Parts: sequence; C-alpha cells; structure tokens
Amino acid sequence: MKLAVCIYEGPYNHEASDSAYNFIKAALAKGHEIRGIFFYHDGVYNVTKLMDPPQDDRHIANRWSELGKSGIDIVVCIAAAKRRGIVDEVLVPNVRISGLGQLTMMAIEADRMVIFGD
Amino acid sequence: MSEEKKKIMFTVRKPPHGTIYVYEGLEVKLIMAAYDADISVVFMDDGVYALKAGQDTKALGIKGFEATYGVLVDYEIQKVFVDRTSMEERGLTEEDLLVIGEDEDTEEPIRPKVVDSAELGAMMAEQHNILSF
Amino acid sequence: MLHTVNKSPFQNSALDSCLRFANAGDSILLLEDGVYGAASGTAKSPLVEGALAKKIKVYALGADLSARALKETIKGVEITDYAGFVDLVVANKIHSWL
Repeated sequence: MKLAVCIYEGPYNHEASDSAYNFIKAALAKGHEIRGIFFYHDGVYNVTKLMDPPQDDRHIANRWSELGKSGIDIVVCIAAAKRRGIVDEVLVPNVRISGLGQLTMMAIEADRMVIFGD
Repeated sequence: MSEEKKKIMFTVRKPPHGTIYVYEGLEVKLIMAAYDADISVVFMDDGVYALKAGQDTKALGIKGFEATYGVLVDYEIQKVFVDRTSMEERGLTEEDLLVIGEDEDTEEPIRPKVVDSAELGAMMAEQHNILSF
Repeated sequence: MLHTVNKSPFQNSALDSCLRFANAGDSILLLEDGVYGAASGTAKSPLVEGALAKKIKVYALGADLSARALKETIKGVEITDYAGFVDLVVANKIHSWL
C-alpha cells in the first residue's frame, strides 16, 4: 500500500519524529511504499545539519537523510521553513524544500496519510 | 484523470493564537482548495474557538486570520462544519461564529454548518484521507 | 476507522473526544503519552473500559508502554508494535487526534 507521513513537531522536544521514523521503518519492512514524508510546522527542524546531538543519542537529521538516500521523497514545507530560518544551505542531503502542493499530492495519491504531531 | 475527486477532510481541534497550528493549518487549506480534491473542514473541540467572531490580535502583534476565514467560500472551501457538542460545551451558539462568505446571488451570509458528532463520524469514515490541523 | 491518540487522558481531552466520534468496530491506537489511557486502576481507566464495552478495539503501543514502565494495562487492550501499527493503518482509514 502507498503510505504518506506528515510530521509536525521538531526533533528531540517531542516524540513525534521518533514515532514516525519507527512507523516508516516497520512499513518498509513489510514491503509498503512510502509515497512521501512531509515536514510542517516545527517539524521543519528535523532535517537541519546544524544539529549535533551527544554521540550516545540518535542523530535525527541523519536518520531522515538516510531514508531520503534510499529513494523516499522527503519534503520540507517552504513556507514553514522560511518562517523558522530553515533554508537549503542548512539541510542534510537527500531532502528538499518545496511547497504545500507536495503535501496535497501526497494526500491525494497516498492510500493513507499518517500524521505525527502534538 | 478519470478517477473521481478524492475526499480530503481537515479537522481543526486546537484553539487559535496560543500556538501556530490553526494559522499554518489555514495556509494548507487555502493551497489544497486550488487542487482537484473534494475538501471539507471540521471544527471540533477547542477548534471551534478559531471560528469565534470578533477576534482582535493587534495587541499581540500577531497577524490574525479572521478576515481569511470570512471569505473561505471565495477560496472554494464551502463544506465547513462545526461539531455541535463542542460548540455547546463552550457556551457558544451559531450566532457567535464567523460568517465564511456570502451567497453570490442572494448576498445572504454563509455560515459554517453545525452538525452532530454521529453525522461527522460517518463523514470521517467516507474520506480518502483526513488531515488534522 | 483507526483513531490514534497520543495524549495522556489526564492532560487533554483527545481520548474523550475520540470516543465521542468512534463507532463500534472502530479501532483506537494509544501511542506516545496516549498509552497512559491504557493503564488499569486509574481515574481515567473507565474511558478505555467504556470503549471496549462499546465494541471498539483498543490497542496500545508496547514500546511506549515499556518506556513509561506501564505494566498493568486494562484487560482487553491489545498490546501491539510498530508492525501492528502499520497493519492497522493498512486495514483502516485513519484520523490522528492531535
């Protein structure tokens, strides 16, 4: 099945990003297609390469980047990103900034859209 | 292209201004309405406060959105519903709520439609996807 | 329908509201702080007990229960994992009660 995932909260502060990641890994393991991952609201902070967590903690941005590398379309909302100082220069590789039209297409094309937030 | 329009519902459950969710959620609705989808918006729980008429955010220095809500119909968002229980629990009546546009022909104000939870629950089950905003 | 609830019922009315809309045959997945709603013997346990009595299936994410040292869950609540979460999503339309 085609699944899309939306993440509304920033990393570390809220469990949303972790729940979404664990959900996506499980969905991929079951052979489902991830149509896209969309970061909105403070969720845009999930993919900045400026984050530098302690070594014994998970590196949330790198985790998303690795999923992007595997071919999943990871989109950061441009309007939400600009408001919060997230621009192309600070993004980890394999994610892109684009508009809400991308969220719309995910909502239309995916069989299910799962939302993680506060 | 031959497929029928996908039904996408938005649910608004958070109050306005204390957080940005309602404001940024509105931006999504306005964009999505321009696409080929069958859009509906449901205000429930504290989300009904987002529709309360007379909001003035000037002293906060925050840009309000009452004016945009006032013309939702112009953005082709006509299916706007309010959960009756949520509204009544908060001591609000239909008259307290914003008008979302006016009828092109009669110029009569268009108000969000107040419906029961059971009816909304049935509508939710018919959707292609539901986005909580 | 699958309803996901991620708030403690002591903090927020998400579970309460969800139950007002959920119908017999629906499923509710409690995750993140939502799993506190699955704990037995609390002042909020009657919410989930009532849902089960109405033939609503209630699931709790095991990873979130373990993280919170929640061992005593309401009888009838099914403990699941992320793979089970995926299966629930595939089988149902979903609404997240954020």
